[in-house]
Amino acid sequence: MDSVLEVNGTTMDFGGLRALHAVDLQVRQREIAALIGPNGAGKTTFFNCVTGIYEPTEGDIFISPPGGKRRRINGVKINRAAELGMARTFQNIRLFPNMTVLENVMIGRHCRAKAGVLGAILRGGGTRREEQEIVDRSYEILVKIGLADQVDELAKNLPYGAQRRLEIARAMATEPFLLLLDEPAAGMNPRETEALEELIVRIRDEERISILMIEHDMKIVMSISDRIFVLDYGEKIAEGTASEIRENPVVIKAYLGEDVNA
Amino acid sequence: MKALSEFKKSLIISLWFMLLTFPIMVIRVNTIEKVVEWRWRNMAFIGIGSFLLSFVWRYLLGRKEKGRKLAEAGRVEVRLFSQRLMDEPRIYRPALAAVTLFAVAFPFLFSSYQTNIMTTALMYVMLGLGLNIVVGLAGLLDLGYVAFYAVGAYSYALLNYHFGLGFWAVLPVGALLGVLFGILLGFPVLRLRGDYLAIVTLGFGEIIRIILENWNEFSFGPSGIANISRPGLFGIQMSLNEATIYLYFIMIALCLFTIFVVNRLQDSRIGRAWIALREDEVACQAMGIDKTKTKLTAFALGAMWAGMVGVIFAAKTTFINPASFTFLESAMILSIVVLGGMGSIIGVIIGAFILILTPEYLRAFSNYRMLLFGMTMVLMMVFRPQGIVTNVRRIYKFRARGRDGEPSQA
Repeated sequence: MDSVLEVNGTTMDFGGLRALHAVDLQVRQREIAALIGPNGAGKTTFFNCVTGIYEPTEGDIFISPPGGKRRRINGVKINRAAELGMARTFQNIRLFPNMTVLENVMIGRHCRAKAGVLGAILRGGGTRREEQEIVDRSYEILVKIGLADQVDELAKNLPYGAQRRLEIARAMATEPFLLLLDEPAAGMNPRETEALEELIVRIRDEERISILMIEHDMKIVMSISDRIFVLDYGEKIAEGTASEIRENPVVIKAYLGEDVNA
Repeated sequence: MKALSEFKKSLIISLWFMLLTFPIMVIRVNTIEKVVEWRWRNMAFIGIGSFLLSFVWRYLLGRKEKGRKLAEAGRVEVRLFSQRLMDEPRIYRPALAAVTLFAVAFPFLFSSYQTNIMTTALMYVMLGLGLNIVVGLAGLLDLGYVAFYAVGAYSYALLNYHFGLGFWAVLPVGALLGVLFGILLGFPVLRLRGDYLAIVTLGFGEIIRIILENWNEFSFGPSGIANISRPGLFGIQMSLNEATIYLYFIMIALCLFTIFVVNRLQDSRIGRAWIALREDEVACQAMGIDKTKTKLTAFALGAMWAGMVGVIFAAKTTFINPASFTFLESAMILSIVVLGGMGSIIGVIIGAFILILTPEYLRAFSNYRMLLFGMTMVLMMVFRPQGIVTNVRRIYKFRARGRDGEPSQA
């Protein structure tokens, strides 16, 4: 198996509320997987379980980074999950509004650098090289994402679509093997969505990063996903390629409701 | 029509003020002759005064709003004199030279009383810069900062009293104890933020003060510790005046050291992590920043300076007691940071000088000086809530190639 993320029977309870029920999901190397489902189906909860914000009540989450060892990551700390190579974006954009675009991406490089307090004060050759490396790498990422003209702009002054892209850039800076995008196209206009589509495909092909995304925009989901998982009321109800999902009666029922005449 | 409504607004305000101040400004009971004096003239003054001032007030508020809108819409350069000062080397180099010259000449030009005040102001510069790390950069509202200051002061006083340790030996000890107590405070408040953090740190500050006040065997209680020795210089005997000047220069050196270190920290991987933590805690962690470590370093490195200044304070006054470490002191240091501009080193320095020197030089107005002081603070927060100097984000230089293969430069 060449899956980078393997989730087996994950259940998440909040008190008496079962938000996820025995969900299985795999993301393979260099594929775009989409997680869809009606509002409140537990998609974001699933993301939070994988990235360490929640610890799942039951089940196992394994990662096997390309070239790395397979390991169980249930309940690792959030920052540790990022270190291990899982980067995410947020449904409601969470940038650092009062930092520049470049600095936002530089924060993503944080976990790949190691200058400490003393290094910062003395600022020897090593620290300086590392700093320059952070700046250069961050800029390269911004060029790829297409934000190179706005590096010195404050993040809060960017237009909405650009903020979404910046979040992706920042996540990319952590050198992930798996990128988790939470509704990346939300609130974008059709032109921006198209550019985003192209960007996600490029990330998969050029950076060799697997992508798991939550998305409501069916156009983007159907056109770029290699595999789609459907959640409803915390349970996985379907899994398959775009065409399989489109025809699946269970999925249609979940989205459109039961046929009254049946 | 607009003029008329403006007129009406001002009229209402002045009537309101006349009513409000009526009991204190108009009525006076003369207890000797047992008559009530009615001072109607005062009421007229208040009325006319508030009427005119309300126009000025609204004009200024309107101007501020207009400026803000312009800045948001077309990004009109809103730069203050202070910022221009830092941007252009042609201006700031001579300015820096002048400041240096003035700082060096100060104790020889003015009396030792003035030098003392200046030393105090410099101490607050250092305290402000320390708290700036915690509040301005990491965004952790710490209302008990004075506790670390007290820790430093008592560490010198006690070590000097019991073991006869000198100033220079204890200075690093004070810093270390500051760090230790910073971490000690940091641990329990790791999960807290905002208001809750403020309350806990406030409590921490009070706990330290109350311990010092009541643990007589340890700290000699409210009567404090006297006869703490002044900083030595290779055993040279110094007159009081010379000692004052000496301490002034020690303080100058330490301030420069602080500025240097804080500047470098701010501009490093750790400094960026602090700012990210302030901006968004969850996103910051999701980017791989260890929240625990980052918060603790902020508390520790912030408290370190307070520990050092505490040692200096004990050496300067040669007498300390818990009364010097009340909440008011914490509030003062916090005001310095907020007034100066959170996260800005220059801002904090200017803030410290304004807040410490203004009350001193306002002594001429004796009774009104605290009133004026309070008024300045209120006006400042209304018209410039971001502080005197807004922190400008750094522009980085990079060597990477642009999209078309040309080396690009931002």
